[in-house]
Amino acid sequence: MTVDAVAAARPVPEPGTTRRRVFDVGFRLVALATLCLALAALATLIYSVLADGAGRLSWEFLTSYPSRRASAAGIYPALVGSVFVIALTGAIALPVGVAAAVYLEEYGTHSRLARLIEINIANLAAVPSIIYGLLGLGLFVRMLSMGQSVLAGASTLALLVLPVVILSTREALRAVPGSLREGSYALGATKWQTIWYQVLPVALPGILTGLILALSRAIGETAPLITIGALTYVPFLPDSIWSPFTVLPIQTFNWVSRPQTAFLENAAAAIIVLLALLLSMNAVAIWLRDRVQRRRAS
Amino acid sequence: MSTTGTGTPRLSLTVPGRAEQAESQHPVKIAVERLNFYYGQKRALENITIDLRANVVSAFIGPSGCGKSTFLRTLNRMNDIIPGTRVEGTVRIDGVDIYDPALDVVGLRRRVGMVFQKSNPFPKSITENVAYGLRVNGLAGSRAELAERVEQSLRAAALWDEVKDRLDESALALSGGQQQRLCIARALAVRPKVLLMDEPASALDPIATQHIEELIYDLKKDYTIVIVTHNMQQAARVSDYTAFFWLGKLVEYDRTERIFTAPAEKLTEDYVTGRFG
Amino acid sequence: MRRWEVLIEHALRACALLSVATTAGIIAVLAVESFDFFRTASLTEFLLGTEWTPLFADQKFGVLPLVAGTLLVSSIAMAVALPMGLLSAVYLSEYAGPRVRRVLKPVLEVLAGVPTVVYGYFALLFVTPLLQQLIPSLAGFNALSPGIVMGIMILPLVSSLAEDAMRAVPNGLREASYALGATRMQTSLTVVVPAAFSGITAAFILAISRAVGETMIVAVAAGQQPRLTLDPRVPIETMTAYIVQVSLGDTPAGTLEYRTIFAVGMLLFVGTFGLNLVSTWLRDRYREEYA
Repeated sequence: MTVDAVAAARPVPEPGTTRRRVFDVGFRLVALATLCLALAALATLIYSVLADGAGRLSWEFLTSYPSRRASAAGIYPALVGSVFVIALTGAIALPVGVAAAVYLEEYGTHSRLARLIEINIANLAAVPSIIYGLLGLGLFVRMLSMGQSVLAGASTLALLVLPVVILSTREALRAVPGSLREGSYALGATKWQTIWYQVLPVALPGILTGLILALSRAIGETAPLITIGALTYVPFLPDSIWSPFTVLPIQTFNWVSRPQTAFLENAAAAIIVLLALLLSMNAVAIWLRDRVQRRRAS
Repeated sequence: MSTTGTGTPRLSLTVPGRAEQAESQHPVKIAVERLNFYYGQKRALENITIDLRANVVSAFIGPSGCGKSTFLRTLNRMNDIIPGTRVEGTVRIDGVDIYDPALDVVGLRRRVGMVFQKSNPFPKSITENVAYGLRVNGLAGSRAELAERVEQSLRAAALWDEVKDRLDESALALSGGQQQRLCIARALAVRPKVLLMDEPASALDPIATQHIEELIYDLKKDYTIVIVTHNMQQAARVSDYTAFFWLGKLVEYDRTERIFTAPAEKLTEDYVTGRFG
Repeated sequence: MRRWEVLIEHALRACALLSVATTAGIIAVLAVESFDFFRTASLTEFLLGTEWTPLFADQKFGVLPLVAGTLLVSSIAMAVALPMGLLSAVYLSEYAGPRVRRVLKPVLEVLAGVPTVVYGYFALLFVTPLLQQLIPSLAGFNALSPGIVMGIMILPLVSSLAEDAMRAVPNGLREASYALGATRMQTSLTVVVPAAFSGITAAFILAISRAVGETMIVAVAAGQQPRLTLDPRVPIETMTAYIVQVSLGDTPAGTLEYRTIFAVGMLLFVGTFGLNLVSTWLRDRYREEYA
């Protein structure tokens, strides 16, 4: 082959290729930068909260009641209220949500009624949380006369998280192998016996993971609880499900609405406690999910 | 007696007396007449008529997709679980039409047990697996009675000696062959009359397969066994009667020796000699 | 035994029907109180009036200032969340390898999981002072700061939904584009994004709905002065923040002022419900095209 032939055989880059390649690299950088910007915002948020509030954290802060003097105020009733409300919310949402999911997965599939229910669940998942608050106010607080109580708050939050619980329970049920159900039916078990003795025990870790994730969202909810009348100044511990109450995010909101810096520090400290709670709940949920996946792999 | 592809029985006049004597010792347990089965619009089984006899092993053979597993599952109404299926014709077990709407399906499944191709022990202990059928059918008595029934069933499935020291351990820790025998023990615990086995050894190694085949031979004196298998040598070893299915139709049904040495239909002969399938 | 089984099925069905009952309950509660409200106040004044002073002596019930406040904050939020969310989705779907995705996606999930009152704190006490250094005329309560923070909060939603839409685009389309010599950017922007268009639009609309319904960020950082304005530097009030304001106060139940929160809530519900319906319709449409 002559030199000219080799030169002719080598491909000549089309005009504009360099420009396109520059745009491509540039675009990739811009997209990555966008992601990093979002992450930086998160990091800044965490940093600013920590910087403002870490100094205020102490055992007294966790065990004191709110007070007009910022330095003496604490989150004890709010913390207790949050735990109480969330526990009750879980106790309501778990059986109802699992029952609904079992119906949709094991009994009602493909029927028109099931389809209507599924559409409703999908819509409810996107309704703003404050609307749930208005529902709770009109239904639980007024019509059912629960008053501005822990029960009213938990019922409202239970309705709020129900779509999430139903969705994750359905996934957990779907993951149970059909051969398990077949083996049970072949021995003469009824549908409910099969569900109760075989399907639910196997699906339980997945169901619990979904519940914990749903509750970790509920623990940060402020608007619906304010609307049903959770108080912002609660110098006492809720002693029963009928008692008035407050929760951590509302206490935070109360303090953030004051101009004095000392209260703002309190708010930051309360946020740190809230985020710590959230983190531990998510950690438990992730650990559960890992255990499920590891067991499935074996 | 053999049947043609269209399902009309034809008496064979060449059978010597010994076979007839054997037949009278084994009355008809399951009488199927003109059974048609549909998945939605698609017909999967066409005009099946067959008499399965008590206390013998009947094997269903045929290429994959020919309907033998589907037919097996109609005998304990396991196909009811699949939506959109439809049955025409009658299936009588001990004279009772099992597709009668008034029939208690749950009770049927206790009397007609099933073992699946891929063993499916529950993720529970060995005892719990065997006891499950007793519990859900309300047959569990005292703890002692339960333990005794569990031991009986495990012995009947030739598994007792291997697991008697670890009854509370998870069933999933057993080997494949042991798991399958556990599933057999589980099915036997509720004292069925009929045992349906869908390719019970296809997922097992040759030694485990041999154990299962020996077990089947032992069980037939107390149970009526119907086994689906794609392994013709297994059918020849293990069964007394063989039915050959093709494309949803019953092509030929006769004593096993006859099917494998002198089948009446050319299609059967082609299949058992390996010319297709 | 049969009767027990049938009873259980009824109980399970009742629990499932609770979701239908919840929707009915929301509509009923909002409608009953709104109906009562509109017996006294005029519907036309509500929808077209430009002054909202139900808690003052001289009561005016024109809801437009609240709507304007909501739309102003939401628009700012969308200006942040939509482009950034889409870019991030493009990166995760078309560029990032599985290891990068496994790290970045959970972090984005964290962004979405932070309680909104925390974002409110961040907007009021960090972002507003920061912005005031750039824009001296920015008031302590304004629409800009919560708008931006809301955008960051909604970004993960846009990103994950848009990414799902893009990953559903069959690889064959990408390969055809690459085979013709297109760069990754060209393929992403001119082939993948248009192919996932209805899914991406569905994601955008859902994001708008989320922004409109958001409460705490604006309750903390946007102010309580209903004002018909497009100026992002001054205090305003959104529909959601108004409901919080009344709930925190001493308004007795059964009064006209009490009913205003249900009337505003009804408007909010109708708006977000409509947006969600459009979004679902769009998402179902794109699923058909590739099924």
